[in-house]
Amino acid sequence: MSAVGGAAGPVLQVEDLRVRFQRRGEVATHAVDGVSFAVAPGETVGLVGESGCGKSVTSLATMGLLPKRGVHVSGSVKLDGEELLGAGDRTLRKLRGKDMAMVFQDPLSSLNPTVTIGTQVVEVLAEHRGMKGDAARREAEDLLDRVGIPDPRRRLGEYPHQLSGGMRQRALIAMSLACSPRLLIADEPTTALDVTIQAQILELLRDLVQGSGTALVMITHDLGVVAGLCDRVHVMYAGRIIETAERRDLFARPRHPYTGGLLASVPRLDGGRGAPLTPIRGSARDTIPWTQGCAFAPRCDVALDDCLVEVSGSEVELADDGAGRQLRCRHPLTPAVPTAGAHP
Amino acid sequence: MTEPLLRVEGLQVHFPIKRGVFVDRTVGHVKAVDGVDLTIDRGTTYGLVGESGCGKSTLGRAILRLEEPTAGQVWFDGVDVASLRPEPLRHMRRRMQMVFQDPLGSLDPRQDVESLLAEPLKAHGLGGSGAEIAKRLRELLDSVGLPAAALRRYPHEFSGGQRQRIGIARAITVEPDLLIADEPVSALDVSVQAQVVNLLEELQERLGLTYLVIAHDLAVVRHISDVVGVMYLGSLVEQAPADALYETPLHPYTRALMSAVPVPDPVVEDARERILLSGDLPSPANPPSGCRFHTRCPWRQETRCDDEVPVLRELAPGHLVSCHWAEDVRDGVLQPRSAEQVAATQGVAVAATGTEAGSDGFVGGVDEPISYH
Ligand SMILES: Nc1ncnc2c1ncn2[C@@H]1O[C@H](COP(=O)(O)OP(=O)(O)OP(=O)(O)O)[C@@H](O)[C@H]1O
Ligand SMILES: Nc1ncnc2c1ncn2[C@@H]1O[C@H](COP(=O)(O)OP(=O)(O)OP(=O)(O)O)[C@@H](O)[C@H]1O
Ligand code: SF4
Ligand code: SF4
Ligand SMILES: [Mg+2]
Ligand SMILES: [Mg+2]
Repeated sequence: MSAVGGAAGPVLQVEDLRVRFQRRGEVATHAVDGVSFAVAPGETVGLVGESGCGKSVTSLATMGLLPKRGVHVSGSVKLDGEELLGAGDRTLRKLRGKDMAMVFQDPLSSLNPTVTIGTQVVEVLAEHRGMKGDAARREAEDLLDRVGIPDPRRRLGEYPHQLSGGMRQRALIAMSLACSPRLLIADEPTTALDVTIQAQILELLRDLVQGSGTALVMITHDLGVVAGLCDRVHVMYAGRIIETAERRDLFARPRHPYTGGLLASVPRLDGGRGAPLTPIRGSARDTIPWTQGCAFAPRCDVALDDCLVEVSGSEVELADDGAGRQLRCRHPLTPAVPTAGAHP
Repeated sequence: MTEPLLRVEGLQVHFPIKRGVFVDRTVGHVKAVDGVDLTIDRGTTYGLVGESGCGKSTLGRAILRLEEPTAGQVWFDGVDVASLRPEPLRHMRRRMQMVFQDPLGSLDPRQDVESLLAEPLKAHGLGGSGAEIAKRLRELLDSVGLPAAALRRYPHEFSGGQRQRIGIARAITVEPDLLIADEPVSALDVSVQAQVVNLLEELQERLGLTYLVIAHDLAVVRHISDVVGVMYLGSLVEQAPADALYETPLHPYTRALMSAVPVPDPVVEDARERILLSGDLPSPANPPSGCRFHTRCPWRQETRCDDEVPVLRELAPGHLVSCHWAEDVRDGVLQPRSAEQVAATQGVAVAATGTEAGSDGFVGGVDEPISYH
């Protein structure tokens, strides 16, 4: 599985992660269903897929942030070789912020509304780097400056609601940078922002990865963001990874009908008017359980009978598919398929 | 040329900012829409883009008179909407309908689809007998690609894309001429977004509808629009036929906006030059003087930009731009400020990322033509 990782080995190694939500009296949902991936230092790995495919649950499980009740997590999550699943709350809390950090879509939800930005950044510095007083204050100012917040001294004295959405997201990234984490998980960090602000934040993340060797997991539904930022991409559908490839490979030669469908669905800024989009039929709701067959089968244009377990006698497995690629499909699109978002 | 279906002139919507404990005092105005002119020809699509808070929704609402304009005129089919008395206004309202981001989110979840769709018909005294209404509703559902069985179901039983189909069906029940769609696909998954975009195009062709589509996604807007208007802080800064706008964006803001839109193609992404803007949108309560974009503009000049308001000028047929220096920006006479110069002046960064691109790499907004193999 660990196709990545040089001599140093991966920063993050997720193996066969499963998350099941079970409320009393309701059927269980397998939100994440056997997901494995690894992220090397300085690498950016994308998790992409439609709403509800399990991207956020994967990241929350990795960070140990899922609620305890009614949730069953299994598999393995290793940070620099250390097992996190089953680790105690104290260990996890210590790791979070220091070795691994997470940035969410809505920065307001992860900032304390009653405390100034400055105090919040200083707290992180005190807790994880033992910095105090003026030194911490100066470092906080420096951090805000590094993420491109103008007039950082003034901003330190302000409360989260006084900052714009883009500014808040930058403040949050500044806090996650405070300890130069080995791993940063960004869950739709720019989805709520305007494109010009998104461009600033993506640039910031790029610099971070290049500058400090942080391993970045980028969760997004935006194929454009993936195309510009990620080294490797995992496409998820109904809780499972259905295709993995190096960025250029994936866009040039999508092999899974779902990946191909996604690319044919997005209009491109550099595409002409009038070229009809080719949507995937149905919606993410139209899935069948993986135990019965390929979950994508009800929406798939090239599905055949053997995509069902009933006919083939086995589930569709994620299998190696050439250099650096993996695929979960019985009838992949041929390599001759038109390339990335191929409207002429 | 025939009269356009919609003509808007000098439209303004200013919201008072009130302060005070006992007596409300007006301490200023949010200039949400501040003097917009536009026309939309019959059967065409006008796309309106711009950042959050620039006034797109307010403009749409003011056209429908869901918001009382502070100044300016709206002519619909040659009639000044403000001059209409309540009865003819109600009549005209039927001909202009709106589609929202989640049209069913705001509706009574206990109403089934049948009553949701029949409601506008009855409100406008259309539809006739029960049997006629039932037939009409089945046709409607069919035209938006839903089975007749959907009539008996409730909004929560549908996926986002299906709900948007129902929202569109609800808007077209009363056979409008103009559809104002405010972010009609932005809440949808990409695969479903494409279905709804295709549906809108198909209905336009079949029913001869005219659209005003408001969206922050420039790629979607480019795909469906004939003419695109770019708004910044309450005003249009550029308007052009869609292809012209994307091929030769003239306003510095449009250029920055386009260079920021990610393209789902690594080859393009790696070669692009991005024009990074510094800072955020200034407050529409206290907009910058002169050119409103001057606080973020990489091309800002010493003269005129800070103190003289640029007007929309026609630089090419149908291509309007409000920048004092548009010709020089277009011809490359003026160059955007580099990251270093920026730090010294007003903090505007021009950052090139990825591999080397030609110095004019950003001129097309998205780079040189791309060939596929
Ligand atoms: N706390 C929870 N209890 C029960 N089910 C949950 C819970 N959190 C998530 N789920 C379910 O798990 C599945 C995966 O959700 P997840 O949030 O990971 O999706 P996502 O890929 O992040 O989608 P989005 O793009 O909408 O953020 C969904 O079906 C969701 O309804
Ligand atoms: N009823 C109101 N009272 C006061 N201010 C308002 C009102 N409605 C809108 N505004 C303000 O007017 C400006 C324009 O808002 P509008 O909703 O039209 O923007 P928009 O371009 O549609 O943004 P978005 O992309 O976020 O939907 C904003 O600053 C907003 O806060
Ligand atoms: S396994 Fe079958 S149904 Fe699933 S994506 Fe491949 S061809 Fe389609
Ligand atoms: S008028 Fe000046 S500040 Fe405004 S867009 Fe043109 S160059 Fe920039
Ligand atoms: Mg999510
Ligand atoms: Mg709006």
